[in-house]
Amino acid sequence: MYAVNFLILAALLFAIGVFGVIARRNAVMVLMSIELILNSVNLNLIAFAMMNNSPEGHVFALYVIAVAAAEVGVGLAMVLMIYRNRRSIALDELSVMKG
Amino acid sequence: MLAATLSTGWFLENAWLIPLVPAIGFIFIILFGKKMPQNGSEIGIVSIGISLAIAIGATFQWIDRVNSASGGGEHTATGFFGTLRAIFPSATETGEHAASFVEPVVKSWTWWQSGGLEFGLGQHIDGLSIMLLLLVTFISFLVQIYSTEYVSGDRRYTHFFAALTLFSAGMLVMVLAENMLQLILGWEIMGLCSFMLIGHWWEEEANSRAALKAFFTVRVGDVGLLVGTAIIFFGANDWAVEHGSNGFSIRGISAWALSGEASHSVLFWGGVALFIASIGKSGQFPLHTWLPDAMAGPTPVSSLLHSSTMVVAGVFLVARLYPVFFVGFDILDTSVNFITIIGGITIIVAAALAFVQDDIKKVLAYSTVSQLGYMMLGLGVGAWLPAVFHIFTHAFFKCALFLGAGSISHSGSHHSFDMKKDMGGLAKKMPITAATWMVSTAALCGIPFFSGFFSKDEIIDNASHNGYQFFFYVGLIGAFMTPAYMTRATYLTFFGKPRGAAAGEHHDEGHDDAHADHDDHHGDAHDDHGEHDDHGAHHGPHESPWRITAPLIVLSILAIGSGYLNAPAFGTHYFTDWVEPVGVEVALDDDHDYASSEDEHASVVLAAVQAEETDGHSSEAKGCGFADPADGSVCYAPKLSHATFSWSKAMPSIILVFAGILFSAWVCMGIYGDRKNPFAGLTSKFAPARWVHTLLVNKYYLDHLYEKVIVFAFAHPIAKAAYWVNQNILDGIVNNVGRGGRATGEWVYRNVDQRVVDGAVNASGLAASEGGHALQPVQSGKVNQYGALLFGAATVGAIVLILVNI
Amino acid sequence: MSSLFAADVNIAQNVGFYIIAAIMVFGAMRVVTGRNVVHAALWLVVVLGGVASQYLLAAAEFVAISQVMVYIGAVMVLFLFGIMLTRATIGEESDLNNKNWSIGIPVALLLAGTLVWVIVDQYGGEVLTSPEEPMSTTAISDVFLREGLVPFLALSFVLLAAAIGAIVLARKD
Repeated sequence: MYAVNFLILAALLFAIGVFGVIARRNAVMVLMSIELILNSVNLNLIAFAMMNNSPEGHVFALYVIAVAAAEVGVGLAMVLMIYRNRRSIALDELSVMKG
Repeated sequence: MLAATLSTGWFLENAWLIPLVPAIGFIFIILFGKKMPQNGSEIGIVSIGISLAIAIGATFQWIDRVNSASGGGEHTATGFFGTLRAIFPSATETGEHAASFVEPVVKSWTWWQSGGLEFGLGQHIDGLSIMLLLLVTFISFLVQIYSTEYVSGDRRYTHFFAALTLFSAGMLVMVLAENMLQLILGWEIMGLCSFMLIGHWWEEEANSRAALKAFFTVRVGDVGLLVGTAIIFFGANDWAVEHGSNGFSIRGISAWALSGEASHSVLFWGGVALFIASIGKSGQFPLHTWLPDAMAGPTPVSSLLHSSTMVVAGVFLVARLYPVFFVGFDILDTSVNFITIIGGITIIVAAALAFVQDDIKKVLAYSTVSQLGYMMLGLGVGAWLPAVFHIFTHAFFKCALFLGAGSISHSGSHHSFDMKKDMGGLAKKMPITAATWMVSTAALCGIPFFSGFFSKDEIIDNASHNGYQFFFYVGLIGAFMTPAYMTRATYLTFFGKPRGAAAGEHHDEGHDDAHADHDDHHGDAHDDHGEHDDHGAHHGPHESPWRITAPLIVLSILAIGSGYLNAPAFGTHYFTDWVEPVGVEVALDDDHDYASSEDEHASVVLAAVQAEETDGHSSEAKGCGFADPADGSVCYAPKLSHATFSWSKAMPSIILVFAGILFSAWVCMGIYGDRKNPFAGLTSKFAPARWVHTLLVNKYYLDHLYEKVIVFAFAHPIAKAAYWVNQNILDGIVNNVGRGGRATGEWVYRNVDQRVVDGAVNASGLAASEGGHALQPVQSGKVNQYGALLFGAATVGAIVLILVNI
Repeated sequence: MSSLFAADVNIAQNVGFYIIAAIMVFGAMRVVTGRNVVHAALWLVVVLGGVASQYLLAAAEFVAISQVMVYIGAVMVLFLFGIMLTRATIGEESDLNNKNWSIGIPVALLLAGTLVWVIVDQYGGEVLTSPEEPMSTTAISDVFLREGLVPFLALSFVLLAAAIGAIVLARKD
């Protein structure tokens, strides 16, 4: 298998995830797009692990999975709280930080 | 006479336990304090007590060590009694015994490593650190006992003791410090704890403001400490590594500074930066403004802060790295230098401020500032030992004065510190407090035969001896002002007619109103708190309980006695023998294998042995600090000479002291009492006097300068400018990019599209237009747009990097 | 990528990879462009499952299993709960995108282009030899519990803190 296969797939997923983060206005959708980005990174890690035939890449991928799980938990809890306070999770309405 | 014959002992070798015990005590108080029968105060007292015991043991062993060096090693007697016997004979008989080098007990363990640098933690025990270890543990011990009564019933009782214990631990870490990083560590622990303690009653805004002010003012100076440490490190490291040490080690720095190979400008700027740190910490002019406000804390805190710990840290820093300042500022070579200027200004400025304070603690606070000025002046004029001796004596009497003020407010004036409103005539009601106060005041004023006389007079005397004539007069003026303001405070507190609470009046409701119209209500320090009124059966002034008076009595005895450790008038110079580092050349021990040393004793330490006696030919003007040491040997301290005491030289200051007392008493009776004299109503009759009074009441407008002018002139415009840049330049760029994009799109649309009718071009024109639209409101507060900017910028950055690297 | 049929390239593996990759990219596009939130979440399941199968192709069994359990098992359930609790509508929504969503297109294209260019430039034509046998869980656990022990413990704390934080944030009071 070509090394570029994994890497290009990961790059495409990453770009799509970035597009999702930028384009979506629903906070849950943004979180999903972030999951795409994290998964693309994991694909890269696995590919490099395969390239070097070492287990470190796998270990890192597992770290990322664990952090992603934590991130989703906290992120969704925040979304819930925002929803409860404002009855909306549209990100463009949360412009308190407007400069 | 080799260094190997120096005696040592368990306490000296294990002096690093002294800060460790309170640090552990702090953790225990935090974890278990609330569950203890005394709410954690017993842990604090016991841990400080253990430290005190170790410090006492170490002191005896250090004295033994000094004697074993100077006495030719015949005092090989070990054990407690052997030590006791060894202490006294050798000091009295010898006036001129050849001072010989006493190797400090240095240990170091690696704390962490980074990039080939080792950062150590350790101990550096010499006379100075032994003296301060003993002093700090002793004062802390007394203050903790006092606090069990003073803050009893406080809602944060446990936290108070925790912070107090950690505070002492911080000071002890700093005093022991073997290297600059450890010193910074202790310094910062103290800064943090002082913040917690000053703001102990943070529910009142004035208190939390005072805590913040103390923290931030000291922080301004701390920048100097970091910068100075860095400057000295980069200057000293190469030389020090070559000699088996490193650029953080205090011994390495001292030796480097006196080696003659150090660049003078590096020493000068490093010394300036470090001295700025001292200015902040020791409340020197112009950063002294935090110190009186720090009176917002509980009185035991003020007493600990102002006697032996926090404010002494700055003086200690200068005394510890004295070679850097000695060489960097050309002490003894010039008739004026940075340290003497700051010290001299501080003496006069602070003493003048003490005249217009109504709050008894603020009088003491400014008196502390003034006395710290004396210490700095002493260091600046090359009177290292008198300055350090003044730290020692000042700690006892100033601590006694603060605790006395606390005793008055606790039992005499119903938690008020206002001398004009709530005190007067207390001498009869509180005899013990009054007696200890008088003794300590006498010591502070420098009345002969009290301890302050011996130390302060030595500083003044040495200023003249070392050719600093101008500062000799500054010291004399200070010697006149000190008794004057202390007499005023004593008169207002203990004599005259009882007023307000001292007369038995209660004014719980009106208390804050009473303060509101009083001259100086910037963050008034009064410990009036609901939780304190538990001894509500308050029938006028009475004497305080024993847990308050016992420390007072002990301290006032020491306020007399401590001076006799170094009273040249009576031929005693124990303090000189035990504390002063001897400025002789010391040969480096070449046999020692630095690289392979695995034991902790020598890892970063300059191992040294006593050089061959540098007798005869090294005259007074030639010695450490004046001539470069020979190859293979180093100096750790400059060779300083002492003025010889004579009563005739001391006469001017003695006369001025009594003149100050009498003059002040006369004026006080006129202004505050019934006695008629020309000073009654002076400020209302005589305009210049009123101006001076206003200037002093407003503290030379320094607070106004800092808060109004500096903050508004610098912070405000910077914030404004940043806002303006943000609004006009950044937004303008963004808007113009957007407009440009839109214009491009329109141009493309109009021209290219009209001429080359092409759908793709049409689309790209629209995309440019849309892109221009999208870019316009960049500062939208919308997460998505920030994401777009982030990723877009990262991509552009990546492309730039790729293009550069191709 | 000169040819699918180079001598040392496993054809079946490559073909499988491309099929799964195509499904994944399509699913990912649906996730970020679809108008129905619940459908988007289900498409995300497809993508994550695709990632898991790619892991299997890359002989990373343990990671693949973890991916299935953590992502498809736990994270997706969380997402579905999040969707249901914040917005009850199951059907299509018209305003799922920002006003300025189109800025995402150039950024994503630029990013993808840059990455692909760099990757092809660096690794173009390099062939990965598939390992004889999958990476054993023993080897992974060795790394985890030796060099990786401290981060592993730190991560445990992160998870604990996240769990507590999520509860604190989401509780109703």
